[in-house]
Amino acid sequence: MSENSIIGIAVDLDESGYLTNHDQWTPVIAEALAGEEGVAPLTDEHWKVLKFIAEDYKERETVPGMRRMNKVGGIPTKDLYRLFPDGPIKKAARIAGYPKPASCV
Amino acid sequence: MKTVLILGAGTAGTMMSNHLRRRLDDDEWAIRIVDEREEHYYQPGFLFMPFGVYDERDVVRPQRKFIGNGVGRIRGKIEQIDPAENCVTLASGERLDYDILIVATGTDIAPDQTEGMLGADWQNRAFDFYTFEGSRRLAAALKDWKGGRLVVHISEMPIKCPVAPLEFTFLADAWLTRNGLRDKTELIFVTPLSGAFTKPVASKILSHLLEEKNIKVVNDFAIGSVDSDSHKIVSWDNREVAYDMLVTVPTNMGSAAIDRSGLGDEFNYVPTDKATLQAKGHENIFALGDATDVPTSKAGSVAHFEAEILTENIMDYIAGRELSAGFDGHANCFIESGYGKGFLLDFNYEQEPVTGTFPIPGLGPMQLLRETRMNHWGKMAFKWVYWNMLLQARPIPLVKPELSLAGKNLQAASRETATQPIHN
Ligand SMILES: Cc1cc2nc3c(=O)[nH]c(=O)nc-3n(C[C@H](O)[C@H](O)[C@H](O)COP(=O)(O)OP(=O)(O)OC[C@H]3O[C@@H](n4cnc5c(N)ncnc54)[C@H](O)[C@@H]3O)c2cc1C
Repeated sequence: MSENSIIGIAVDLDESGYLTNHDQWTPVIAEALAGEEGVAPLTDEHWKVLKFIAEDYKERETVPGMRRMNKVGGIPTKDLYRLFPDGPIKKAARIAGYPKPASCV
Repeated sequence: MKTVLILGAGTAGTMMSNHLRRRLDDDEWAIRIVDEREEHYYQPGFLFMPFGVYDERDVVRPQRKFIGNGVGRIRGKIEQIDPAENCVTLASGERLDYDILIVATGTDIAPDQTEGMLGADWQNRAFDFYTFEGSRRLAAALKDWKGGRLVVHISEMPIKCPVAPLEFTFLADAWLTRNGLRDKTELIFVTPLSGAFTKPVASKILSHLLEEKNIKVVNDFAIGSVDSDSHKIVSWDNREVAYDMLVTVPTNMGSAAIDRSGLGDEFNYVPTDKATLQAKGHENIFALGDATDVPTSKAGSVAHFEAEILTENIMDYIAGRELSAGFDGHANCFIESGYGKGFLLDFNYEQEPVTGTFPIPGLGPMQLLRETRMNHWGKMAFKWVYWNMLLQARPIPLVKPELSLAGKNLQAASRETATQPIHN
């Protein structure tokens, strides 16, 4: 865990650049991370995904996978690839301020 | 008379029926077990059938041979569970009441979940080895193989026995070499994961092995569709992998009956307390084996450890005590790597697989996370252990339900284990 900053705000990041303390997350940080991931500016469609991740994480303490995004979140896979190209779950989890999704056992 | 009803007479359900019959009073408790099939399959054997190592007789036995006399067997398709009424309905309309329900309906392939997978190539050029039928057809198709692009593919995680696709690839490499076909075959491993396997230390070692064997790896491949016209798989981000033969592991999903009952998650797995194995939100429903959503491998060894834990908890539940036994996610998996060698992984929810010795610390004879002949013999012996000890729910000497850290080299574990397990 390293001391780091995003647009001048001190935050804790892991080696892949994911926030390790969700309390440090703000919408401003999300916008900055979206810039790093090449998906800024964040639109309402992006925010719908980020909000679903946040809600689901609160309930299950894990970042939802693709099928859960589809079935429970009502967000089709093709939209996720359009909004967050190349690895939508990993990108969206980072922007939403949650841990890097390691694939399941 | 009260009733424990077990859904599914596969690995987990059979073991539970045998454990409980020994522990519960015949005069007080009836034990009933439902399955739609008569056959019990030794699923780990499906890996070996395509290469002629096992034939059909090695992997099929009648279910009734493994279920004790004091247990009522019911043949039928489970239609729906009604937790409010404490009853289960079969497709025939028959109603089965229970006091305690144990869900052990496993997981199965769902090729219909991928666009085009059930197209013209299915069972012609595109096969699976996760079912008896699939493995049988693949064995026949491999007999005619002359060379070309052989693509081994995982559709979506999680799948049962997550190492099996890698094992298939290693065994294919050895089989092709033995049959003089390896230099005519391009062997390609396509996975939705970023590495060879889900656990960091094991992933590194297995990636290295794939490279050594000249197997091409395509990572981060989230399949969107199968195109039977041009014989290729296409990812959501429009990458394509062409095949002459596709050996895929389709999406794995729990029983549709779980979905119909409103008891499942997005994969039809039962949300289950990962320590006590009680279904979340239902006091008298328990789940084990591949049917649950607990974050460890879906494997026969896991079902075996869970059955020991769950038996204790059901005894507690019946006695009105707090559930005292906690499952730690212990999994113990052999990995065949070809040429009569293999690896062994031993891990749980917290501890990823590392090197060491098993089951006797310092002695072995099994070596963890190293390629040895002894590990291969361990895997071959597993068939005998499965048919003769595991299903009867006899304890396996020296192997405990809780993971033991003795004999493991823990400094080898990387820090990455702290990341969250999720379905990618
Ligand atoms: C290719 C392959 C290789 C494997 N290798 C290994 C290995 O090396 N080591 C290891 O430990 N594990 C291995 N496994 C995994 C292991 O076989 C499973 O984890 C284990 O069998 C799970 O047991 P279960 O009882 O949960 O499910 P199952 O044994 O699949 O049983 C489920 C039962 O439920 C019944 N059922 C489901 N739905 C209904 C319904 N609606 N109505 C009536 N009946 C129903 C089914 O007919 C079935 O009999 C492998 C699996 C595969 C496919």
